[in-house]
Amino acid sequence: MHGLINRSLECFLNDTYGTDVWQDVVKTSGLGFEKFEAMLEYEDALTFAVLEAAAVRLAKSTDTLLMDMGTYLVSSPNVKSLRRLLRFGGDTFGEFLHSLDDLQDRARLAVPELDLPKLCLLGSPDSGSFNLVCKGPHKGFGWVMVGLLQAMADDYGALVLLEHQGCGDGVEEISIALIESSYTDGRDFSLADPVRADA
Amino acid sequence: MMENVCLQPASLSLLMPMHLVLAADGKIAQTGPTIAKLYPDRDLSGLLFFDCFDVQRPHNTTTVADIIAAKGTKLHLTVQNGHQTTLKAVGVTLADGLLLDMSFGISVVDAIGIYDLTIGDFAATDLAVEMLYLLEAKSAAMMESRKLNTRLQGAKIAAEEQAYTDTLTGLKNRRAMDHVLERFVEADEKFGLMQIDLDYFKAVNDTMGHAAGDHVLLEVAKILVDETRNEDLVARVGGDEFVLLFHRLTDIEKLNDIAGRIIKRMEVPIAFNGEHCRISASIGTTVSDYYQTPDVVKMLGDADLALYASKNKGRACYTVFTNDLLGRAM
Repeated sequence: MHGLINRSLECFLNDTYGTDVWQDVVKTSGLGFEKFEAMLEYEDALTFAVLEAAAVRLAKSTDTLLMDMGTYLVSSPNVKSLRRLLRFGGDTFGEFLHSLDDLQDRARLAVPELDLPKLCLLGSPDSGSFNLVCKGPHKGFGWVMVGLLQAMADDYGALVLLEHQGCGDGVEEISIALIESSYTDGRDFSLADPVRADA
Repeated sequence: MMENVCLQPASLSLLMPMHLVLAADGKIAQTGPTIAKLYPDRDLSGLLFFDCFDVQRPHNTTTVADIIAAKGTKLHLTVQNGHQTTLKAVGVTLADGLLLDMSFGISVVDAIGIYDLTIGDFAATDLAVEMLYLLEAKSAAMMESRKLNTRLQGAKIAAEEQAYTDTLTGLKNRRAMDHVLERFVEADEKFGLMQIDLDYFKAVNDTMGHAAGDHVLLEVAKILVDETRNEDLVARVGGDEFVLLFHRLTDIEKLNDIAGRIIKRMEVPIAFNGEHCRISASIGTTVSDYYQTPDVVKMLGDADLALYASKNKGRACYTVFTNDLLGRAM
């Protein structure tokens, strides 16, 4: 699994539950080091060992942990860049949903080694009800997407109902009901990169 | 086939949010919504185009007729609104004027900040937003890579500083030699110390190249390891300088035998790419028995004096340190 994914998991556990929890996870998972490098590749087994160890340590299911991680990746002030990159998908939550079809290719443009699952949005904008199909080698990515979509909906100020429909045959499906596009004002977003503007 | 395509202003704005329609006299008749954002406090309608935009290229483009004469050539403009934003544009003639379509080009990176542009300000087919996305994603990825490189660089330097091995020859390095020498002195061990300097090595390097020089150093390392015991230390302490430490060996006769053998073996020509490299060695020796309390710096200095005595004698020989040499050096 790519270092970016491993590093995300590490930062999520570290920032949310504290260094003590992360140290315990490092020990029980037999990781052998304390920091993942974002730009290196790691054995898949390591990622799952960390995830399992964290689930046991925190007495949560891995699904819940992955969902919380998805929310963390968009809403934590410590990781601003992913939220910004996702907001490039569109001016509204509806446009953003449709941009998810390109997410795999977009990720690859930025980091060629990063292989995210293929996403496919089904359904019509008129009804406001969609199904997001995630196809990839690893089960659980759908749960990350549920958390991430919820946080992105809040970011755009949209009101949505999300439900993980389970998985089968390497495919996970999420139902999305877009109840209101502008329920709140959402968070500010400007195309201009604040970091670049400061520099 | 349709002869003419008629577009409502709203359709034109959807397709080209950065368009301008000019009348023949150069007055602005219509603007796309994104062009309007360049002058947020002014309505451009009725103003003279050349008062609001400066055409940099082609040179001397100052009238609508000049743009028409340019026949679809790409125009380079600057916006006269104080920000000096650069634009690219292309124009086509209309029945009674000119339609210009513009784009930010590379200045889009600054423009989004200055004019607070959103995704909706660009045409649906415009790649500007993709470019901005890519720029930001790549910068983030680059930053991570740079951090990794810096850490790896730091780790490499730390590892090199801690290393005890000379990377070319696999012999011990000066750091290792200092360490062992210190230990011998502290533990009051008896030992012999030899400084070796290769003769004519520079000539090999200069005439036959560094590859030949490296090959010679590897052969020299082999000889030195051969002629010493496991408990002795062989260190490369400079380009062509070596130090040998003989553990519990202070018998001058034996040490001189070893020095003689080393010189003899080094004088055997070393083959490299069909040529022969000829070198020799000058050696200076001292032993811990000569000192009441052996001192690392003093012993290395004395062996060095003996080594220079060998060089003075015409090279390719060995010398044992005596107090005489000390007198001569002064």
